[in-house]
Amino acid sequence: MLRDITIGQHFPGHSPLHLMDPRLKLVLTVAYIIILFVGSNFLGLSLAVIFLAALYLVAGIPLKMIAKSLKPIVPIIALTTVLNVFMMTGAGRPLFQWGFLRIYPEGVRYAVMIAVRIVCLIAGTSLLTYTTSPIVLTDAIERLLKPLARLHLPVHELAMMMTIALRFIPTLIDETEKIMNAQKARGAQLDSGTLRQRIRALVPVLIPLFISAFRRAEELATAMECRCYHGGEGRTRLRQLHMTGRDWLMAAVCIAVLALIGASGRIHL
Amino acid sequence: MDEMLTARDIRFAYEEGGRLAIDGLSVQVNKGEFLAVLGANGCGKSTLAKHFNAILLPTAGKVLVEGMDTADEDRLWDIRQKVGMVFQNPDNQIVATVVEEDVAFALENLGVEPGEMRRRVDEAMELAGVYKYREKAPHKLSGGQKQRVAIAGVIAMRPDCLVLDEATAMLDPIGREKVMRTVRSLNRDHGITVVAITHYMEEAAQADRVVVMSGGKVALEGTPKEVFSQVEAVRALHLDVPQSAELCHELTAAGCPMPPDLICVDECAAALYKLLTGKEAPAHG
Repeated sequence: MLRDITIGQHFPGHSPLHLMDPRLKLVLTVAYIIILFVGSNFLGLSLAVIFLAALYLVAGIPLKMIAKSLKPIVPIIALTTVLNVFMMTGAGRPLFQWGFLRIYPEGVRYAVMIAVRIVCLIAGTSLLTYTTSPIVLTDAIERLLKPLARLHLPVHELAMMMTIALRFIPTLIDETEKIMNAQKARGAQLDSGTLRQRIRALVPVLIPLFISAFRRAEELATAMECRCYHGGEGRTRLRQLHMTGRDWLMAAVCIAVLALIGASGRIHL
Repeated sequence: MDEMLTARDIRFAYEEGGRLAIDGLSVQVNKGEFLAVLGANGCGKSTLAKHFNAILLPTAGKVLVEGMDTADEDRLWDIRQKVGMVFQNPDNQIVATVVEEDVAFALENLGVEPGEMRRRVDEAMELAGVYKYREKAPHKLSGGQKQRVAIAGVIAMRPDCLVLDEATAMLDPIGREKVMRTVRSLNRDHGITVVAITHYMEEAAQADRVVVMSGGKVALEGTPKEVFSQVEAVRALHLDVPQSAELCHELTAAGCPMPPDLICVDECAAALYKLLTGKEAPAHG
């Protein structure tokens, strides 16, 4: 049951997108999101959609994965669309009127654009996690945020926390399953009863889990000290990130396309 | 002989004024030696292990690592790099999500240059026999494999001494055997001093020297033969002796003329063969 939970789904592969420098991917994703929300016409948005679809094809990720990643936010999209349709007031005559509810063409236009933007936002960020393993992504974040360490932001510590969290998720899932089985063997009813009863039945699972997590944390801290861990200062890394010729080429292509999308989004049709 | 670790009359309590976990203990570990530390639960053996690389500092007395005092903060990282520690639970000492990154963890902390780091990580993985798992996620490995990853992570620092704090206690027999084989080869072929804290008598029987602790003190000390031939004394400390030693002890008590210091299975089998047939045992009896 717990095995189905996947965090930061990753599809290993060897497409140009998979092999791209993670820092570059991260920066381009952020740029894409900004352009998505800056552009204000349908031409720009359509180009953005086409570009993203092309990237999915290059990465070899089935398009149905987009549908899967969108599933949890369908209610949000529906809510914002409905709100926008009814809340936007336009200059001309309403398309539809019923009591105090009025629908203006501007409202419809705006609602559609927002919906498309949210879909692109989710699909775009999902593409990043589909093509980049969480550990590489953490690495990229640490390196991109490094300049902020000068402002005394705990960049290394954050990255270390993320790494350790990723490392311990499977271990703690295993442990939770073990504890659940142990409690079931003692007669705990975890899968039946009212919602209230089921939540209460989880308490004897969570308490041992937390105690064990604290004990693990303490042992891990000792083991890290034994291996000379003393924070991010003077630390070197095994894996080095280098921008290759292909990375620069990809960067140039993507920046050109993003510039085109950005520019077309500003044309007044 | 050169001293690797020296503990001089150390005392240690976890709480100020509380019960002494270590109470006036002196021990010396020579370079290249394989020392096993035995003792019942709560006798202070894990506490002693944590003194050897300055995780704990003695409340009284001194611990020296190759002549460096563990209380000297300026030498802290030198000491930790010289004395590598492997703990009981492999899950709680692996930091990274990929084997080779975990092996590199200590070197990253020490600021080793990436090219050199690559070489040392590969070398350490080869020595511990985990090279073929280098790109795997640690949680996909068996207990014994994980423990060997932990050993690789420590020997990448090129320590002079390896302290194993019940490193095989959570493993199945096959995993335990593989880990011990790795440790023995590091000791014999690479001259790494080993201090193994254990409660497996068979493991202790393979050591060069055995120290038995009780109540925070050294109760018995000597070669495995010297220690395990004192069956009654070892039992009095709530410990077992290796099965062969026990068998010989019982046979002698029953009046069979067995040599007094047999602690490993092969020796014991050969002696029994001689006793029963009156002939020397064949090489592969």
